[in-house]
Parts: sequence; structure tokens; C-alpha cells
Amino acid sequence: MEYLIHLAILFSIFAILAISLQLIVGFTGLLSVAHAAFYGIGAYALALLLEHTGLNFFVAILVGAVISGVAAALIGLVLSKFRDDYYALGAIGFNVIIFSILLNWQEVTRGPLGIPGIDRPELLGFTFSENIAFLLLALVFLAIVYGISEFITTSSFGRALRAIREDEEALSVFGYRTSFFKLAIFVIGAAMAAIAGGLFASYITFIDPTSFGIAESVFMLSIIIFGGLGSLRGALVGALILILLPEALRFVGFTPDIAAQMRQVVYGLLLVFLMLYRPQGVAGEYRL
Amino acid sequence: MKNALKTKNLSKEFGGVKAVNDLSIAIPKGNITGVIGPNGSGKTTLTNVLTGIHCIDGGVVSISEGGERKRIASHEVFQAGLTRTFQNVRLFEQITVLDNVLIATTSRHVFGSLFERDAAERLSKAEAVLNRVGLWEKREANAAELSYGQRKLLEIARALATDAETILFDEPYAGLFPEMVKLVSGIMRELREQGKTIVLIEHDMALIRELCDHVIVMDAGKLLAEGKPSEVLADKAVIEAYLGD
Repeated sequence: MEYLIHLAILFSIFAILAISLQLIVGFTGLLSVAHAAFYGIGAYALALLLEHTGLNFFVAILVGAVISGVAAALIGLVLSKFRDDYYALGAIGFNVIIFSILLNWQEVTRGPLGIPGIDRPELLGFTFSENIAFLLLALVFLAIVYGISEFITTSSFGRALRAIREDEEALSVFGYRTSFFKLAIFVIGAAMAAIAGGLFASYITFIDPTSFGIAESVFMLSIIIFGGLGSLRGALVGALILILLPEALRFVGFTPDIAAQMRQVVYGLLLVFLMLYRPQGVAGEYRL
Repeated sequence: MKNALKTKNLSKEFGGVKAVNDLSIAIPKGNITGVIGPNGSGKTTLTNVLTGIHCIDGGVVSISEGGERKRIASHEVFQAGLTRTFQNVRLFEQITVLDNVLIATTSRHVFGSLFERDAAERLSKAEAVLNRVGLWEKREANAAELSYGQRKLLEIARALATDAETILFDEPYAGLFPEMVKLVSGIMRELREQGKTIVLIEHDMALIRELCDHVIVMDAGKLLAEGKPSEVLADKAVIEAYLGD
């Protein structure tokens, strides 16, 4: 049971990441390969705020979201001028910078040693130390993020985002300052990713830079492509499948010395077959 | 007569080739002005410069009697009361026909649009323009699912939904069936009756004769002739250079 609760918590965290990335990539068409950076900013902000300021978890996680949003606004000002490949390259560059800072600014982040002993959340004297309690908390955050995203995507703002994805230049002729819309959704998505980062840090109680590199950003992209771009439901489905898949593959019977590599191969093959036979993803609407 | 659009010594170059070359023209308000000329004469480039898709390399543009502009950002042309269709249809393919029209009616502000839902007024306006082009029944289909002619009509519906005072139509008749041609011509006449300004880029001289009050002829990015259709289309130089008979 404890194992299933652990998986459900991981699903909740990655579902938040997937939904927030879906807003940026699936709805707006911005190929952001920097989501792990905002996830990391949220995780480190929470860990450092809890350790050095004694802030309550719920305040610290919101401060982390604001810090991440400010970072996204700064880099987004540059990125929102770009499109397509250039956007992706700029985003990768940002992820590399954040990863390097987390790794090398040892006085603050402790570098590769990471930050251990991060506190579990506490509310009105109740500590979420049991995993089942933490799961409920994570699900509440997931429900809030989903609700906000649903509100965004069903508004006129959401329609403008989809139009940017389809033809940004044509949309601008109709009076839309598309760079503002791109910047706004990038900031919102980054703030949500930071919430996931804060939950992750508090759940695992230890963070180091390896969880926030380019590979993690690519994994998040895989989730939304797998689940289906342009769909919040797709983000949930993708997170569910790609979080549970490695666990399912444990029972396939690969020998221990090649099991990890074979799981990666199966992962890759599934993505290739999906793109070949269902390019809109399992539950998506938008075709690449 | 007031002008909806005016250019003075307007120029646009691509790699040393002057697509629009020292062009000074005026588009009178409330009329249908035809812009003709052979392929490559700079008609579409002119449209792209006027709507901020391409930057201005030289000269100035004034829209709706506003000040002279050396630079136009594409999002500013809408505020100036100008909209357009595209020679190669540019719809928002993977959103619905209805959404393609609603996008032209909703708030352009980030925060305003975030809290905006589809009001009955906007929906009825979208219904009216989609009914006008015969696409209301297709409102739930994605734009990508429409036929070529329907796509052209949807672009026109989207332009109508903006309520812009001036509309640039870039070859709206290309590839349309005869009944669709009649429909579009009817829309052009209605717009003129409403006092709107139409700029019609078109190759079909019969349509130019039938619809336009004023014609501008371009050649190699320059102004070759302008005036009433009957005069311009009878001009020997224009006939020799462009009409071939």
C-alpha cells in the first residue's frame, strides 16, 4: 500500500508539471525545454526558505512560485521574441544555466551534495509526515492547478494561446501583442512548475541538482507528447502512464544488469510507435 | 475625398530586389480600390508592408488619415481600423471554425482576455458572419477540415468579424466556385454600402471592372497607372503590359 501511495504522490507532482508545461507547449506551441529549471527553482527556494527563514511550508511554496515566475519573466522577455527552434535552443540554454548554478553555487545550494533534511509541510499544528496525508495535500495542489488551467484554457486568453500555436503572425494582424500572451503563459507555467518542485523537495526531503537537468525537461515533454498535446486530460494521462510504466516494466523479467537500459529502450520504442500510429497522443487533440 | 490609406515613396527590398519601389498611392475612403499587376509586381508585398508583416525600408504610410509612419507593428494595424485576408489562406487550422471568427471579436488585452468568456453578443456576431458565408453549420469543425473554397470564405468571415473600416482582400476569388464568387462579390458591395473601404488584389479583370471604383496598376514594385477601371483597363500601356490583348 505504501508503495502505491508513493506512486500516487509522484503522479500528482508530475501531473502538475505536465499540466503547467501543457499550457506552454501544447496550448501555445512554445517548445520549452526549460521546465525542469523552474521545477528546480521551486524546490531549492522551498528548501532554502524553510532552512534559513523558518517560513511555513505553504508560504514558502508560494514564495518559490513567485521567484520562479520572476525568473520566467526575465528569461521570457528574451524568449518571447523567438519562435520554433530558436525558442527551444534559448530554453535549453536557460535550463543549462540554472543547472550550473545549482551545481556550482555551493555556498547556497551545497552543489552536488544537495540539501538534506527538508521538512514536511505543517498546517495548524498538523504535520504531513505520513505519506497518505502528503498524498491528499499533493492532490489538493493538483486539483487547484488543474482548475486554474481549465479556467485559463476556456477563456478568450486560452483561445488566443491556441491561435498563437497555429499562426502567431496572422494573429498579430488582428491586434494581438502575441509576445505579451507568450510571456504571461510562460510565467504562469513556471510558477506552477515551482509548486511541483516545492512538493517534491518536501516529499523526498532531499534535493540535488540531478533532478533538474535537461533530461528531466525532456522527460516532462515526453509526458505531454505521450498523453496528447493541447489537452489537460492528456497531461494527466501522460503523467499516469509514464510514471507507472517503469514500475510495470520491473515485472517484465529483464536481468538486473540490463534492466535499467532496457526500460529506457522500451520507453523510446513506445514513443516512436505512438508518433507513428497516434501522433496526437493517447488523449490529445492537437497533431504535431 | 478622404483617404483610408496613403503611401509616400514607399520601398521594400528583398536581397537587393525592390519588390515595392518608391510607391506613392492613395486609397480613397468608402470605395473599392482594385490593385492589379502581373505576378511579382509587388501587390502582396505592398499588403504585407501595410499590415506590418514586412518592415518598411523607405518612405512612409498613413492609415485612416493618421500621422505618417515609418514603422508599422502588425498588432497596431487593427487599432488603426485595418484588417486583411491572405493570398495563401492563413487560418488557425487546429481550432474550430467558430473560434477562428471569435478570435477577431474578443479582448486583445492579456488580463482582460483571461477573465473573458464568450458573451451572447459576440456569439451572435460570429453567427451572423458565419451565416453570411454559409459556414455556420460547420462551426464545430476544425478549420483544417474545410475545403479550399470554404477556407477562403472563413478568412473573409474572420475579417468581417473585426468590424474594421478598411479591409485588404488579397486574391479572395482565387480557386472559388462560381456561386462562391457571387457570394463574395455580394459581400464586397455590402461593405461598400456600409461605407467601408475595400482594397481588392485580383487578377480577374471582369471582376475588377464589375466591382471597383478605382484601380491601381503596379509593375516591378512601381505605380504604372491609376484611375477609373474603364480608363485604366483601356490604357494601351496597361493592355500591352498586363492584359495581353
